[in-house]
Amino acid sequence: MGEELKVIVFKLGHEEYGIEVDKVRNIERMMPITRVPKTFSFVKGVINLRGVVIPVIDLRGRFGLPESEYTDQTRLIIVAVNEMEVAFIVDSANDVIDLNSDSIQTPPEVVGGVKAKYLDGVAKIGEDRLLIMLNLSEVLNKSEIIQLESLED
Amino acid sequence: MDMNQYLSMFIDESNDHLQSLNENMLQLESNPNDLGIVQVIFRSAHTLKGMAATMGFEDLASLTHQMENVLDLVRNEKLVMQEFIFDTLFKSLDALESMVQDITQGGEGRADVSSIVAALQAIVRGELEAAVTVEAPSSTSEQTIPLDAIQLDEYQYSVLEQSITEGHRVLYLEVSIREDSALKAARAYMVFDALERSGEVVKSYPSVQDIEQENFERSFSLYYITQKEPGDLESMIANISEIDQVKVVSLDHESLKQMTQQSSNAAPKKAAEPKAEAAEKAKASADSTSANAAPKQNKPSGNAAASAPSRTIRVDIERLDVLMNLFSELLIDRVRLEQLASEIKRQDLTETIEHMTRVSADLQNIVLKLRMVPVDTVFNRFPRMVRDLAKSLDKKIDLIITGAETELDRTVIDEIGDPLVHLLRNAVDHGVESVADRVAAGKSDTGTVHLRAFHSGNHVFIEIEDDGAGIYRDKIVNKALKNGIVTEEQTAAMSDEEVYQLLFAPGFSTAEVISDISGRGVGLDVVKSKIASLGGNVTIFSQPGKGTKFSVQLPLTLSIIAAMLIKMGDEKFAIPLSSIVETGAIKPDEIRTVHGTKMIEYRNSHIPYISLSRFLDVPNYDETGEEETEIVVIRKGDRMAALAVDDFIGQNEIVIKNLGKYLPQIQGISGATILGDGQVALIIDPNNIIK
Repeated sequence: MGEELKVIVFKLGHEEYGIEVDKVRNIERMMPITRVPKTFSFVKGVINLRGVVIPVIDLRGRFGLPESEYTDQTRLIIVAVNEMEVAFIVDSANDVIDLNSDSIQTPPEVVGGVKAKYLDGVAKIGEDRLLIMLNLSEVLNKSEIIQLESLED
Repeated sequence: MDMNQYLSMFIDESNDHLQSLNENMLQLESNPNDLGIVQVIFRSAHTLKGMAATMGFEDLASLTHQMENVLDLVRNEKLVMQEFIFDTLFKSLDALESMVQDITQGGEGRADVSSIVAALQAIVRGELEAAVTVEAPSSTSEQTIPLDAIQLDEYQYSVLEQSITEGHRVLYLEVSIREDSALKAARAYMVFDALERSGEVVKSYPSVQDIEQENFERSFSLYYITQKEPGDLESMIANISEIDQVKVVSLDHESLKQMTQQSSNAAPKKAAEPKAEAAEKAKASADSTSANAAPKQNKPSGNAAASAPSRTIRVDIERLDVLMNLFSELLIDRVRLEQLASEIKRQDLTETIEHMTRVSADLQNIVLKLRMVPVDTVFNRFPRMVRDLAKSLDKKIDLIITGAETELDRTVIDEIGDPLVHLLRNAVDHGVESVADRVAAGKSDTGTVHLRAFHSGNHVFIEIEDDGAGIYRDKIVNKALKNGIVTEEQTAAMSDEEVYQLLFAPGFSTAEVISDISGRGVGLDVVKSKIASLGGNVTIFSQPGKGTKFSVQLPLTLSIIAAMLIKMGDEKFAIPLSSIVETGAIKPDEIRTVHGTKMIEYRNSHIPYISLSRFLDVPNYDETGEEETEIVVIRKGDRMAALAVDDFIGQNEIVIKNLGKYLPQIQGISGATILGDGQVALIIDPNNIIK
């Protein structure tokens, strides 16, 4: 038997993603973002979250998906990993579910346009719902981004 | 009471005394005939000895005692200071320092000092055998019995009487503590502790409880039973620092009786006017100090640092950080309130907030000052270090320190010591040439190393400049090629400055011979990374044959600064006020293009004109096409530049926040701040824009 996990579920496009609840600090509605120049294109800027300045990452941009307009449903998920605090822009976030770690399976190479190394696995929930579990420390790994950027140059 | 309570005080004071000993010894070395300095040194050593003995650090006390013996001969002109004596004394100081260090870390302060002690004893014996002056207890025990003796109850009286019968000494002591003592109770405790080690205190006035709680004027008196000589006792107590005067009266049956009678007679009177009596007593002892000891009077001027009672407490730096954070929060709210008040426009609200603004401005000054420490706390150990280094290398070097009063944030001070030690060692070891080389090069045989600290803008600069051989480009290039740090093609294109930066590359050392002092191939790169981790920068200027200058630039790391807020399109930015020279406006035809760079004329010189909107990729503003453009003239050292901006918002106190760990260093941006409306504004780093 695997352990029980509580997972925050959010959407990018039609896919549903999950982040373990203990890594999530807050979920906020969209707020004014101050642009930061000369940085990664998916970093939309910084926000003031109760006196702390936090960088904002557009998760679509991070995964190389086309960016979309922000709507009423757009949420900021503030996560803390490896002593870093960042906010992710996601299309919507409105569910918390319980999951057994046994139900998470190794992902195929690419899921919904997201590379497998950013993922911890894919969990099947219910009949036809797939939940993609994110590997946050990989998503926030900067050395890899720097390599990517230099390749693009 | 627990001795530990006084340990930290002992450590602080010992360090102060050691520092002043070091400083004065260096002074004495340059003026060996100034007996005034010897006096000062002697007194410091004497106090140190007394303190160490009280705290029970025997090794410390005995070593200082030996030093004292030597110094005593010197100050009595029975011994002339010589090279050898200086070296031995400096060695003793080092040993003392390491003992105090050990005590600081919870040790017993023990060390094997027998060789140094033997050397000191040899100096005393070898030069002047007869003159081994053992501390002559100057017992001035007059047999006059004070009138205001303490009242004894019957039991205490009989104890005393019995002790006399049994052949013990019964003494009456009056001890007064110096008026400027900040810790009377502690000093009194030291006296009691010393006494209790060799006898018993029967009764004291005021009571021990009162003394512990500092409920006493500066003197107290007591009855004491012991086996010790009154003279020994007197000098023992006089050795405790900040003790002004000790009076010891030996009692026999008759005088005891006489005293108790007198005091019981005096008792009613005493109760009636205790204040007058206390005042009288204070006056009496004050008179006697001025009359009695002329040499003792010099003490405060001698080691001002140690004896001037700076009323300080030591606070954990973390608490200051918390204070600072809380204050930052307050400041953000204050700005927000100001904004609200200007919208609501109610007289009494505005007035209250104005008052709050003034109070918080004062508070801010204090909070910031709390964290600032003069660099002297780092610099003060360097003269000694350079002296020792120069000696071991057989060089002659003058270290000239300027700007030691420059203040820096505490956290920077704590970290900057090691890099500076390294750079100084470099200057002494590799920079300044040997005496023979200097003479051959037509320079004075004594090399000079300048250590300077000064403020400039938002930064503090620390410069280490020597007048030595300088850096030869070829030498570095060859070495770098040999170590495979650069390729030949690369070096050809490098400017001198870039070549000098190679010195900071890991695994680089140019010293021909690897010496004990510096040049093990590790080092300058560590210096560089350490300074970089503090947000600073090192640059090297050198003229072959003339000398080398290392310039260390450090941020003040103030977390609250005054800044000018500017607007570009709908984005707001903050520019630190400290780097702004002035603001103004220019017309497009004033901009000239020189070598493809836009310049404007400013105060009879040309300075670069930088479009801030383009520099920061601002999307919805561009100053081209404007009839008149606002500019901010900024400065870095003596270089200036004009930044084109959209509009000025105003001047504000801002709290510096970092951009979070995720974002890499962003060119031209030093951090962020939160404005009154809760929005984040980025802080522009002018030092990064001016190249």
